[in-house]
Amino acid sequence: MRDKKNTRKKKIRSYPIIVLSVFYGALFVAMLSYICFYSYNNRQTLMNNSFNTRQQILLSQNIRGKILSRDGETLAYTEVSEDGTEKRVYPYGKEFAHVVGYSTNGKAGIEALTNYYLINSGIDLTQKVKLDASGTKYPGDSVISTLDVNLQEVAYNALSARKGAIIVTNPKTGEVLALVSKPDFDPNTIAEEWDSLLADTSTDAKLLNRATQGLYPPGSTFKIVTSLAYLKDHPSDYSNYKYTCSGSFKVGEDSISCYHGQVHGSLDLFTSFAESCNSSFANIGVGVSESSFNSALDDLMFGKELPLDVLYSKSSATYTEGMSTADIMQLAIGQGTTSVTPIHMNMITCAIANEGNLMKPCFFTQVKTEEGKVVESTSFEKYKRLMSADEAAVLRQMMEQVVLTGTASKLKGLSYSAAGKTGSAEFNSQSDSHAWFTGYAPADDPEICVTIIVENAGSGGSYAVPIAKRIFDAYFGVE
Amino acid sequence: MELYVTEISKYVIAFLMFLYTLESFVAFRWKTENKRKGLYIRQVILMFAIQIACFVQIMARTGKPVYLFFFAFQIIAFSSVILLFYVIYPDGNRLIINNSCMLMMIGLIMLTRLSYDRAVKQFFIIVASFIVGFIVPEIIFRFEFLKRFTWIYAALGVVAIGVVLLMGAVTNGSKISYTVAGITLQPSEFVKILFLFFMAGALDNAENIWQLFIASVVAALHVIILVLSKDLGSALIFFVIYLALIYISTENIGYLAIGLSFGALASVIAYKLFSHIQVRVQAWLDPFTDIESTGYQLSQSLFGISSGGWFGLGLYGGSPKSIPFVEQDFIFSAIAEEMGVIFAVLMALVCVSTFIEIMRLGYFLRDTYYRLVVCGIGVAYIFQTFLTIGGGAKFIPLTGVTLPFVSYGGSSVLVTIMMIMIAQGIFMIRTDERYEAIERMKRRRENERQKEY
Repeated sequence: MRDKKNTRKKKIRSYPIIVLSVFYGALFVAMLSYICFYSYNNRQTLMNNSFNTRQQILLSQNIRGKILSRDGETLAYTEVSEDGTEKRVYPYGKEFAHVVGYSTNGKAGIEALTNYYLINSGIDLTQKVKLDASGTKYPGDSVISTLDVNLQEVAYNALSARKGAIIVTNPKTGEVLALVSKPDFDPNTIAEEWDSLLADTSTDAKLLNRATQGLYPPGSTFKIVTSLAYLKDHPSDYSNYKYTCSGSFKVGEDSISCYHGQVHGSLDLFTSFAESCNSSFANIGVGVSESSFNSALDDLMFGKELPLDVLYSKSSATYTEGMSTADIMQLAIGQGTTSVTPIHMNMITCAIANEGNLMKPCFFTQVKTEEGKVVESTSFEKYKRLMSADEAAVLRQMMEQVVLTGTASKLKGLSYSAAGKTGSAEFNSQSDSHAWFTGYAPADDPEICVTIIVENAGSGGSYAVPIAKRIFDAYFGVE
Repeated sequence: MELYVTEISKYVIAFLMFLYTLESFVAFRWKTENKRKGLYIRQVILMFAIQIACFVQIMARTGKPVYLFFFAFQIIAFSSVILLFYVIYPDGNRLIINNSCMLMMIGLIMLTRLSYDRAVKQFFIIVASFIVGFIVPEIIFRFEFLKRFTWIYAALGVVAIGVVLLMGAVTNGSKISYTVAGITLQPSEFVKILFLFFMAGALDNAENIWQLFIASVVAALHVIILVLSKDLGSALIFFVIYLALIYISTENIGYLAIGLSFGALASVIAYKLFSHIQVRVQAWLDPFTDIESTGYQLSQSLFGISSGGWFGLGLYGGSPKSIPFVEQDFIFSAIAEEMGVIFAVLMALVCVSTFIEIMRLGYFLRDTYYRLVVCGIGVAYIFQTFLTIGGGAKFIPLTGVTLPFVSYGGSSVLVTIMMIMIAQGIFMIRTDERYEAIERMKRRRENERQKEY
């Protein structure tokens, strides 16, 4: 009996020892999980770091892989000459310069984005053994980009000798179909020209990808943002908005004039937007509450990080408490200190075209080995909702109106229906302006989204809309 | 052919290591050494299998026959250690010996790949340490009077690290080692053992708060000297030993809380005072911004860990040498890079298994003094492991301590082997306790039986 009692009463000899053992055990589990997650999730960024010498090891084993267009055309490949020297060749020369990028003298574009895949080789072990025997390097994996050669060529030619940028995307998937930035460079000879490219201090900035890094005054395209702010204040009675335009809008000393002093007469919200009436939008801007304006700016990612894996600049637009009426009016029509990148404007347009949801822009869909085995395929992911479906629907109606009765009437009466917003963003005191267009087609079921900026060209309706038309034509196969 | 060997052996090594690690935890199902006999044999077989697979990989990549002899010597040395230990100390704990040998072997494999000369040097240090180490359990077992020198240990320790501090002040830099006759000694490593015995004695004898306070002041003196010598890693280890032991001896979580808050306060003050601590913390938060100077080590270490993937690039397949001080402070990153993250994680788990076994045996000790020594050894071991692995992986700020058993470093290896052997000596005392207990029980039963008659 006594023995039994003793065995039952198993006295805990030292509670602290159990506590310490469990504590350190848990600490190690946490640390080791962290190591696994951190090293796996960051393997690409870490490998792409220019201080990581392991890139050279991989490049000494593998030949840098190819970059292909969405239909399989080669956009970049490495040519190995008989003496073993390698040269990166870009068959389309300048056409894809900014989007495909380069891999010498640092890296940019898709070359930088997919560097990890390009320098790795996923071919079979047996294949590697064979290549080892013949003394050749392994072929790196190929990246199948989302780029469409046809659209890119049309966009490239449409911009002709102008400075500016064009972005064509699919709003439902986030795929980037074409991306042009001018002035550009020839990636085939970039190594030789590098020093002169860097020494060039003119406003050309050939290495700058204007589509993602160029900060422009948004001009009237910003009226999309102001409209969203207005819709937040007036979710149900926005159609009651009335304004009579006399060519300018005055509050005290401060005034805003319409483009080239036009007088628009009696307007509602839709016609104000379609005819891009500055006076009416200055009036709207002054009336919108600070909280709604700021919530629109926040929702549309102004001053925030964009879901982009390539280098980009952060757009800025601010509405601060106690801001002067003059500044509010400037903000409402996209002038003043407000600046935006073309790709950001494209994302906003995509969200409107996609019921308010923004898809994360993507530049490649698959990574394949030389033998065709799929190593990685990207799934299209929703980044987040930028506005409610109702708000997006109203904005779409407004953008359709622009084509039907407003500044983008060059897109009216075609075999497809388009929608969009023009902009003529003044960038100096001489009223010179950049031509903007951002829009999508078909209007009722958007398939592509196009954003265009032509530097120092004039009005968006005259200089950006025709380029959009050429791109839409190419996409819908209109001769 | 060579490629087949290196590629396939990668998976084989990871799988064998998985089995070994599994065994080192399955061992906890059985409490007595007798029942674990078969498991220990399997562990030894797996250990040598890993060793051979790694050697095959090294031969395939380098083809240097000199490694053949080196590996043969290693196998002879480690099998004799395991065998001799069993013969001399049948009551010792073999799980700890197996794990230690496993970790040292991994270290030697990696060192062979990184720097053959250093691997050979390390090998001789290991052999010498074991030769000395084999006497330690007997000394601990026999000379119980060693318990009495509490304050002498403290004095010796403080003087030893104090001299380093003064020498460092003279040379105007962070100096944490003496060089005597070509052998570089790192006193803080040896003082760790003295400190353990001092803390155990001081806390075990403490009868009131006043005595606890005195012991705390002397412990703080150790830590402050180490901080001033810029030996942050050791300072932290000493502090954590102190915390753990005061908690175990008082069984009062309040002391732990007071100690921790003091530690936190001291850390904040140290952070404000010393720019080198600020630099470390900055580099930990963001190693990539200042990658050219302060963040260089850590970012190279992270490149290493992540570039190997789950199964590693194979020995000689990566470039672990681009990490500064890779043999001493970043051996874990080198292992992760070439042998794979899975292997490295399993290796860390073997360290955890060793720790748990030490703590488990400490738990069952009756003698509170020895219990403190054993648990102090366990905590010192696991915390140092935590500091070096966590520091190299951006989990905590970098402190620059060695990975016990695995890293290159004479003092580190010698002291870790000594600590393990001290623990073994104490376990034999525990075994003795048990024999005594069994005998007491027998006697009692006999007495009862006689009474019945």
